[in-house]
Amino acid sequence: MFVLTLLLSVPLGRYMARVYAGERTWLDPVLGPLDRLLYRIGGVRPQEEQTWQQQLKALLTINLIWFLLGMFLLLNQGWLPLNPDGNPGQTADQAFNTAVSFLVNCNLQHYSGESGVSYLSQLYLMFLQFVTAATGMAAAVTVFYALRKGIHTTLGNFYVFFTRSITRILLPLCLVVATILLFNGTPMTFKGKQPMVTVQGDTTMVSTGPVAAFVPIKHLGTNGGGFFGANSAHPLENVNYITNMTQMVAQMLIPFALIFALGYFLKKRKMAWVIWGVMTVGFLLLTIPTMITEMKGNPAITAMGVDPALGAMEGKEVRFGTPASAYWSIATTVISTGSVNAMHDSFMPLSGLNMMLAMMVNCFYGGCGVGILNYFVFIILAVFISGLMVGRTPELLGKKVEAKEMKIAMIVALLHPLLILAGTALAAALPSQTASTLANPGFHGFSEMLYEYTSSAANNGSGFEGLGDNTIWWNISTGLVLILSRYLPIIGPVAIAGILARKKYIPESAGTLRTDTATFGFMVFAVILIVAALAFFPALTLGPVAEQFAH
Amino acid sequence: MKSQLSPALRLTLVLMVLCIGLYSLAVLGMAQAAPFHGTGIRLADAKGHSYYEAIGQKFDSVIYFQSRPSAVGYNAAGSGGSNKGPNNPDYLNEVQERVTVFRAQNPGAPVPMDLVTASGSGLDPDISIAAAQAQVVRIAQARSVPEASIQQLIQNQQHTPFFGPQTINVLRLNLALDTLH
Repeated sequence: MFVLTLLLSVPLGRYMARVYAGERTWLDPVLGPLDRLLYRIGGVRPQEEQTWQQQLKALLTINLIWFLLGMFLLLNQGWLPLNPDGNPGQTADQAFNTAVSFLVNCNLQHYSGESGVSYLSQLYLMFLQFVTAATGMAAAVTVFYALRKGIHTTLGNFYVFFTRSITRILLPLCLVVATILLFNGTPMTFKGKQPMVTVQGDTTMVSTGPVAAFVPIKHLGTNGGGFFGANSAHPLENVNYITNMTQMVAQMLIPFALIFALGYFLKKRKMAWVIWGVMTVGFLLLTIPTMITEMKGNPAITAMGVDPALGAMEGKEVRFGTPASAYWSIATTVISTGSVNAMHDSFMPLSGLNMMLAMMVNCFYGGCGVGILNYFVFIILAVFISGLMVGRTPELLGKKVEAKEMKIAMIVALLHPLLILAGTALAAALPSQTASTLANPGFHGFSEMLYEYTSSAANNGSGFEGLGDNTIWWNISTGLVLILSRYLPIIGPVAIAGILARKKYIPESAGTLRTDTATFGFMVFAVILIVAALAFFPALTLGPVAEQFAH
Repeated sequence: MKSQLSPALRLTLVLMVLCIGLYSLAVLGMAQAAPFHGTGIRLADAKGHSYYEAIGQKFDSVIYFQSRPSAVGYNAAGSGGSNKGPNNPDYLNEVQERVTVFRAQNPGAPVPMDLVTASGSGLDPDISIAAAQAQVVRIAQARSVPEASIQQLIQNQQHTPFFGPQTINVLRLNLALDTLH
């Protein structure tokens, strides 16, 4: 699966670089007129160049509109059309959480798809999955533009990057994925629940819906919000091993491709491969131990004389098995998808540790666009530290990195641990709000809270779903974490890149720190390890590490 | 900010038409060519009752191949797993009880992991081949049919995909079992 993703992502990256550079591509005859129509109706002047501040303003304004629309729909879905099951409107705090978490590409989902939202809301949430992924990609492209050679005050047009991300990349890919899902039996219908009498004579209602349209963008856009409560563990959302592979590849495809797009765009393909290499080392270091742990099975159950050949099967589906479920659990947490094909709460403690570490680092591939932005922050830090070590002014791609950029980078890098650790500490200090929401006692209960804030701050959206998270406390506190952890890590890197773009370009010389070598890759890895991973070690010790040693 | 408001609003509306309206219609259109017009694959039994193939059902009778434990009681309108942590004492007691029940019903058979642990969706339609084989003796006795013919049934119904684990759909298996004499 990993090799397949790589093979597909290199040509896709090349295609994306051409799309964003405005060059001709083979879909032009169809999509060129569509783009122009969208610009005309949208009142966008595609030739107009924007500064980084104008781009961020455009980004935030359009996001605000999506939020308000989302709140309105979720609160009023009860009487709005396309609600065959008669699901009621959400409460204000739940609607706030749902609207925010879909707006920030997180999809935390403090509701269950079958009963918590109408089809109209599902479709609007699907719309958000398109546009928020495109928002992240557009912000990443702004950084690409800023890193070009020469001095630039304007960095292209946000609306153009954004629209092209949807029409040229997300929509065509979604149609391909939807076709594969449909012909494997994924439903696509607007009918409500259907009754079914089982062989043993029980009557049950079966939820279906427009699933085959929803699932492709859920993965391609690294959103992860499930149509059903059980997300991609549900047998209609993820029918067989082929759909599982398709969804698996789909969620990693664009994060991979964006790295290569950066390489093609800046004509620095070697740098792209170094970035990809560092991320892959990190990914494999988390994936392999998780797969081994899960395939070994739960020792406490093996001790009862149960055959451990299948591995730890609690919360997993037979058609995927433990290896594919373990692989998915790390893939979905290193990138910010957060869809699940098995219940993370029931994984072994060390696997839970790896998932949380994946989200704490949050830049081994990372989400659509934002992953590469997070990694960019770590590159800035690594450039600075390397510069200090050799006693030279730090430079990145011919631009001096100075105090202002460093301050922004540090704030962004430290915000992530601050939100997670402060959130968890508050939740642990207020047992009146949280104790009754935990599904498991002891260290594992602590892990549930830590996981919830980690997932929120990483805009991931998966959960230790035992947590009864539809309370005012969880809805509001994670909602606030979500907003801060989405927009500051977009604003920060775009600002840094925008400031760098205006600076004088210094041609490379023998004394330039090369950023496309394995040595520099190792430096970045070390910075990630120190800044991102070690900051969380004490908290992790209280949760999964303690659970592992106590049993 | 104000100058951005108009393009933001207009672009939102037109993209909603594209991403919700046209995209959904395109997928819905393609669905008409898919099996069962995209309403979910069904299986029918000899009496003409129709079932969703992918939606696992509760089978706890001794005369049927039993399906996996479900944390949501096989409620196909409210999927979910148990979300119990691997070292939760209550959970381990629950598993121990399932092991005891399985041993009582299938004396001497190895206890398969998937039959004592709840699935992620609560609707898992499959069991492993080992889990099917562990139930052969019990079903043969309960139905007074030779073990060999039930083994043959497992052979016929097992699904060996090109990728991924071997599985067997419990519903298919039991429908075939009901046609056996």
